[in-house]
Amino acid sequence: MSAVLAARANRAHAGSARGALRIDNAVKRYAARDGAVLAVDHCSLDIAAGEICMVVGPSGCGKTTLLNAIAGFHSLDGGTIHLDGELLCGPTRPLADPNSDRVVVFQNGALFPWKTVLDNVIFGPVMQGKLRRRDAIEKARHRLDEAGLGGTEGAFPGELSSGVRRRVEIVRALMNDPSVLLLDEPYRALDSLTKSVMHEALLEIYYKNKVTIFFITHDLEEAIFLGHRVVVMTTRPCKLKKILEVDIPHPRNYAVLTSPRFRALMEEALEAVQAEARKAFDAGEREGA
Amino acid sequence: MAALAADGGGGVLNRKSRRAAISIAILLIIWEIYGSFGRLYGPEGATPPPIPPASDVFVTWYHLLFDADYWKSWYLSGLRVLSGFGLAVLLGIPLGLLMAISRPFYGIAFPPFEVFRPIPPLAWVPIAIIFWPTQELSITFVTFLGAFTTIVINVLGGARSIDARYFLAGRSMGATRWDLFRRLIVPGTIPSIAVGAEVGMGITWSVVVAAEMISGGGRSLSGTGGGLGYFVWNSYVGGQFPHIIVGMFSIGIAGYAASAAIRKLGEVLTPWLSTR
Repeated sequence: MSAVLAARANRAHAGSARGALRIDNAVKRYAARDGAVLAVDHCSLDIAAGEICMVVGPSGCGKTTLLNAIAGFHSLDGGTIHLDGELLCGPTRPLADPNSDRVVVFQNGALFPWKTVLDNVIFGPVMQGKLRRRDAIEKARHRLDEAGLGGTEGAFPGELSSGVRRRVEIVRALMNDPSVLLLDEPYRALDSLTKSVMHEALLEIYYKNKVTIFFITHDLEEAIFLGHRVVVMTTRPCKLKKILEVDIPHPRNYAVLTSPRFRALMEEALEAVQAEARKAFDAGEREGA
Repeated sequence: MAALAADGGGGVLNRKSRRAAISIAILLIIWEIYGSFGRLYGPEGATPPPIPPASDVFVTWYHLLFDADYWKSWYLSGLRVLSGFGLAVLLGIPLGLLMAISRPFYGIAFPPFEVFRPIPPLAWVPIAIIFWPTQELSITFVTFLGAFTTIVINVLGGARSIDARYFLAGRSMGATRWDLFRRLIVPGTIPSIAVGAEVGMGITWSVVVAAEMISGGGRSLSGTGGGLGYFVWNSYVGGQFPHIIVGMFSIGIAGYAASAAIRKLGEVLTPWLSTR
């Protein structure tokens, strides 16, 4: 219990005024050939403002469905989602309004290839008329410098490596001053070395802009290294299986990977995930047969 | 790395242009020999071969360079291409975009479009001549058709193939439907517009030439004043064989230049594609 309390304190330390996400009994069904498939089954999750919440689960378990519901891309069939006490979606309005307070960063990246890095980064605020172009450019330059991306302003995304592109995309998302950053396996396509650089870079950005991060991943090491908590989901339908409080204090760096506490958490997470992965695999086998 | 590429590239380029020069030279020599054959070795009074030798063609061409009527043919065909093509761009891009963004509009507009699309532009020539009050309008109309369908199909396909992630990303940054159209669909479609325009331009030239041949290239104009297609046809009717070939080459050059100009314009409008 004390570990949980310590973790809660750790999360509270994250210290951000906004971005508390509350998912209550979320349900989502998809129509399929043989009737409705339950994708998300009464999922409840309370995410503190400024928390990094890592969501882990087998492929196709419905994690992304949950993220899409928060983002406003998909509707819910039951339950509610609140952001800072305000209803995003619920029975009265199943589909949340997509809004720049919840910006998504996608698995394969979605920088606009026809815009330069600078134009990509100022896209949100300028489009919404929140900032004048000149002010947005100034802010963007500052943010890019801060993220170690100075000098890439004039480049097109196609000229950059995938690691740099992903960092630019996170800066672009943060330019909207979101309450929540929704990351859908943003580093999946990266090699493990680039990934480790990305992780430290993300934390560095996070320490400067304390937003709530809802981060979907398959990578347990990534999950434990970055998260205040790791939420393990069951295989379809998506339910909460286990919540791991990562009581390693922030700020973290790559040294914690070798710490005994990290290894212990890894083991604990692995056990939970392995069982679900096995179930998902067997289910897949059955479907395939 | 860059230096290496430049060195290698230079060498390859030299070799390439040398090969090109040699093959074209050989072609010209064969042509010259074939064209001169009857004149040199044929029996007295025999019909010369129908193809004039290269030298005749180039001498004729040289003289034509100082002939205002020859240039007028260029001008007239160019004008028809430009107006037909310009109209196709002006109407084709909005139509393609509209079909891409509106399902109801697509449902209404696409079927008739698909009914007319397989009809070759040249099959429209008779009806165009009957329908339009002047020759000029008929030719422009047929020219327009040549580029129009290609541009519409390319714009439609291009706008639809824009990755859905871009729209989701845009929406999550608070984009309205109008923002999505203006800031994502339009720029995302430019590469396809450029490709469609380049292909359309090529079709436009072949269509304008054929339309001029069939329709007489504007009868109010005399002699060689009826466009390059008419120039070729008229030279055939008048038995001026070198002129036929000069006209053919002229059309080739004009078509190539027009396509190259469109391609260049496309590159200027899509700077992100040339950086890969």
